[in-house]
Order: sequence, then C-alpha cells, then structure tokens
Amino acid sequence: MRWKKALFYAAAAVFAVWTVMPIVLIAMAALTPRQELYSWPRQFIPENFSLESFRFFANSHGVLAATFRSIAVALATVLIALLVGAPAGYALARFRFRGKEAFRIGILMTRMFPTSLLAIPLAVIYLKTNIYDTIGGLALMHAALAMPFVVLVTSSLFLKVPYDLEEAAMTLGCSRIGAFVRVSLPLALPSLVAAGIYTFVLSWNEVFASAVLTVHNRTLPAHIISTLNVSPLNFKFAGGFFMIIPALIFIFLVRRYLLSMWGVAINK
Amino acid sequence: MAEVRLEKVTRRFGSVVAVDNVDLQIRDKEFMVFLGPSGCGKTTTLRSIAGLEKIDAGRIFLADQDVTDLPPGQRGIGMVFQSYALFPHMTIADNIGFGLRIKKVPASEKAGRVRKVAELLYLDNLLDRYPGQLSGGQRQRVAVARALVIEPAVLLMDEPLSNLDALLRMQMRAELKKLHHAINATTIYVTHDQVEALSLGDRIAVMRDGKIVQCDVPMEIYDKPANVFVGSFIGNPPMNFVHGEVTSQEGRLMIKGQGFTVTPDPKWSKALADRKRVILGVRPENFRVHFQEPAGETNGAQAAVEVVELLGNLKLLTIDLAGSVLKVSVEPDTAVTAGENVWLTWNEDKLCIYDSDNEWAITPERPEVVSA
Ligand SMILES: Nc1ncnc2c1ncn2[C@@H]1O[C@H](COP(=O)(O)OP(=O)(O)OP(=O)(O)O)[C@@H](O)[C@H]1O
Ligand SMILES: [Mg+2]
Repeated sequence: MRWKKALFYAAAAVFAVWTVMPIVLIAMAALTPRQELYSWPRQFIPENFSLESFRFFANSHGVLAATFRSIAVALATVLIALLVGAPAGYALARFRFRGKEAFRIGILMTRMFPTSLLAIPLAVIYLKTNIYDTIGGLALMHAALAMPFVVLVTSSLFLKVPYDLEEAAMTLGCSRIGAFVRVSLPLALPSLVAAGIYTFVLSWNEVFASAVLTVHNRTLPAHIISTLNVSPLNFKFAGGFFMIIPALIFIFLVRRYLLSMWGVAINK
Repeated sequence: MAEVRLEKVTRRFGSVVAVDNVDLQIRDKEFMVFLGPSGCGKTTTLRSIAGLEKIDAGRIFLADQDVTDLPPGQRGIGMVFQSYALFPHMTIADNIGFGLRIKKVPASEKAGRVRKVAELLYLDNLLDRYPGQLSGGQRQRVAVARALVIEPAVLLMDEPLSNLDALLRMQMRAELKKLHHAINATTIYVTHDQVEALSLGDRIAVMRDGKIVQCDVPMEIYDKPANVFVGSFIGNPPMNFVHGEVTSQEGRLMIKGQGFTVTPDPKWSKALADRKRVILGVRPENFRVHFQEPAGETNGAQAAVEVVELLGNLKLLTIDLAGSVLKVSVEPDTAVTAGENVWLTWNEDKLCIYDSDNEWAITPERPEVVSA
C-alpha cells in the first residue's frame, strides 16, 4: 500500500519535472540580461533578472503585428469552431439519426492524417480559392483541426443537461430553439467557455499549418519559426516564453472544466 | 371547457407499439388517472397529449380544438415531470414565473401571479432560493406551481409523487386532491401506484401493452375488474382467481371447482347458459371464514389455513382450498391459527366471472334489462 503510494508520487513528480523544467529553463533564459546569456560559464540561476530580452523581442520587426494576427486567428477559430462544432455536438447529444455512430468516429478520422501530409493539397486549394495567406483562411484550418475536440466535448456537455429541462421549457411556451437558448445554453455556458479557451490555445500554439498556409501574414509561432535561423539567442528565449504565457494562464483558469470535460469525453 | 379526446392514437418506437390505437374521452375538470404496470405506455400517452411525442396515427383534441399538429406551448397544457425538471440556474420565483415570462406577461402582473401560486403551494418563503437548496417535497411543489401559474386548461402529471417517501407521498396526495378542486383544470395523472389511482381518480384508465383495458370510476374498477389482469393488478393483495365448471343441478345453475361449489345469482343464468369452463374472481375481503360447518349454507367449502399475518387493520390468511392458494382477509381480532381447518363461504353478490379462454369478464344481465 505504502509502496504503491510512494511509487505514484514518484511518477507524478517525474512528470511534473518533465513538464515544468523546460518552461522554467526558458523563463530563466528569457529573463537573463543579454550579456549574461552569452557569458561562459553561465550560472544556473541568473545573477540579475531583466526584461531587456523581452523589450528587444517585442520591438523586433513584425512581432507585434504577428501577435495581433495570432490573436485574430485564434478568435476567429474559436468563433468558427463553436458555431459549427457546438450544434453538431448538440445534435449528437440529443437526436437519434442514421449514421450517428459513423459520424462520431468519422469526426475523429479527420485527425487521422498528419497535417504534413495534407499540407501541399491544402496549400493548392487555398491558393485556388484565394484564401491563402489570409487570417480567415488560417482560422478555417485551425477550426478544422479543433473540430473533433469541440464536437465531442460539447456533445458530452449537452448530455449532462437533462433533456427534460428543455421539454419543460417547451410545455411552458418556448419553441425548440427558445428552450435551447434559455435553458441548455446557460447551463452549458461555463463549460462552453472553457472549450472555447482551449480552442483558442490550440490555435495560438499551432505552428505547422500556419507556416504552410501563410507567407506574409504569419501568426506569431510561424513568424518565430521562420526567423529562427537568423535571430539571436535572447530573441528565441523571449519569444518562446512569450508564447507559453497565455497558454499557461488560460489553461490554469479553466483547468477544473477541462478535467470534467475530458473525463466525460473519455468515459463515453 | 377543456375536454380531452383521443381518437385512435398510435405511437410506435420501432417494433414496439407504445400506444396502440387508443380512444379516450376525458370530461371537463375531470381527474383522470392512467394506471398500469411499467412499460405499458402511460408516459407515452401523456407525452402525446402534451405534444412532446409525435404520434404516428390518430387525432388529439383539447377543448374541441384539434391540437395534433400544435407544439406543446400552444396546447394550453401544463406538465409536471417525474424528475420535476426544475431549471437549476434560476431561482424558485424565476422557475415559477418562467411560463409567464415566455408569454410576455407584464412584470407587475407576473409577480402577483407567481406569489399567488406560491402561496397556494406553501412556497412563498422559498422564492429566492435555487432548486438545489430545496427538499424533494418542496421541489415537487415548485414543479406543480410552475405548471399551474400559466393557468393551463389541462394539467398533466407524470408520477409526480414517485420520488417522495411514503409519508410525504400520502400528504402530497391529499394536497393534490385539494388542489384539483381549487383550480379549474382537467387533470391527467400517471401512476403505477394503485392506491394513488383509487384515491385520486374520478376515473381510472387501466393500461396494458399500449391499450386501455378498462376505464371507469374507481369502485367499478375495484369491484368489477374487466379482466383477470385488472383484478390481479388492482387490490393489495390482488383478487383471487379459481377455475370452475358451469353445471346445472335440478334446474339450478352451479359452478363447481376443486373442493367448492358456488350457486350464482339467477341474473347470471343467461350469460352462463352455454359455457363450461370459467374463472371465478373473489376479493380477499369477500370471503367469510367459519370455524364450524355453516348451518343452512350449502356451499361451505372446507379449507386449511396455512399462514396467518397480522397487518394491523386486518388479518391476512393464506388458505389452501383443495390445492388453490387463496388470500383471505378477516377482522384483526379473529382467533385463527395456522394449520386450522375452516369453512369458507363467498359473498356471492360480489362474485366476478371470467371467460377461461380470453380472461375477459362475463357480465350478468342487469336487473333493469331483465324487467324490460
Ligand atoms: N424514446 C423511446 N424510444 C424507444 N422506445 C420507447 C421510448 N419511450 C418509450 N419507449 C417504449 O415504449 C413503451 C412504453 O413506454 P412508457 O414510457 O410510455 O411506459 P410507462 O407506462 O410510462 O412505464 P413506467 O411506469 O415504467 O414509466 C415501452 O416499451 C418503452 O420501452
Ligand atoms: Mg412512465
């Protein structure tokens, strides 16, 4: 018993260190003054912290614009993914229809092919339809990537709202849609927001599709990647850390909902 | 005026026929109970009337209006769900006022109507709470209040008391009966509890396999079950059934079975004339138990008492009558012990006779028919 417990905590500690260590290293490097960063031998914990690298990173050419683009793409992604995915999830939760199980599996199959495999055909289609190198086009791609998550998670959210409640609303004068808007939506809203934030982070972090489908209008990760070879060390660290912060904050905010969302999605 | 009329209503789920060609007429302000075993289609029938279930065939009329194709909100019904289905994110006041808000009733009038209904159901000091902060009985009353506040012409209730403990259920039963007289709605009430049905219903529709087997006032259902199923479903313990054979002795009609003979009233003679095998149905309280051979009675049947159970207000005897096991109830102070031999006689006025093949009641000729 005690052995098991000790083993469990040891494993948890290993995972924690495994996850946290790179973040800590990047953070420290990002907060180290440039001089010190290049000196050798370097202290593990820097002598003095400074925001010098950050300032340098933020003022570099294209970073600010890429950041705004990233935010725009992520917001558009959340919008598209929820507008399309949440109704699909609702349908999965509420209705019985032909091919429902096939749909459930099929939606997962969209993630079966690695993005690298799809990159060329996608780029061709994007060029042909004139959405290549646009914020909307990239958001469309990110929404597609996020779709299985959004559909399956929202379907499990709506499953947790008893259908009785909507029926009760209907007997009290609501239409079908009215019942959804007044009853199911408010009840599912906190979890829907969590799903939206998670989708935001997915898009914020996504680099491959962004790099393939844009040239001039790059998102932040794509911008950092494309300038990686020519940028100085402190730029890389500051950029890396800058990318991590919003993801960390958001995921921390919604961690409680994420657990319950995945719990249900996995148990299904 | 809110009559409810079902005409040949059918609802199928795949191969299951949940409601099978049901015809039913419910009078204005009547308290109608749907009673039957689990899965017999009570809920589906109720939901069809509410408009929550699309029916495959037939028409439904509420207050002489064909509502078959109307959505639930436009039928003038109020519904109380078995789960209560209260909105957890709204206060009790908002729950009760929900229907009025949807119908865009002005705020001042709304508040007044909510308060009135809340008082009627003893909820007036709970209006600011949330459903999660209420007891089961209180939630049940909120569910009723929410359905009543829109002043429905027809109030539908699906096993509203089934989630309450026994004592509370009895109290709420009386409250619901009182409420029905206080409001002006026709009420349809679904239950599988026969006591609820007998105590609440103006009439009871007993259902089985999607069909209404018998629809009548409680006393008729209890005294004259339309078939063996109704007799064995209603009554606790249920009706006793024994097989017998119709014979005629010296011109007198008799039913003979294992260890007993019954002489039915002459009103039966026509109905039984051409029959051989029948089933007799007798309620436990319609036997008389004698400790000596009854004098002047020709039909005393000898039997052995197997078990004696004191149930407080009565003693329930399990009696072996030549191989048939009967449940017989007697006064609680009757001195009777297990293993004793007794004589049974029947209250022949209350005798029910059933066809042994299809188990439906054979009805005697009514006196007025004879005199006509
Ligand atoms: N949505 C549904 N899908 C498939 N079959 C259903 C559905 N609803 C009901 N049924 C079937 O229809 C029949 C009648 O069900 P219903 O719920 O009306 O019974 P009930 O009399 O209310 O029973 P209970 O006393 O258990 O509530 C059952 O055989 C049930 O399995
Ligand atoms: Mg039911």
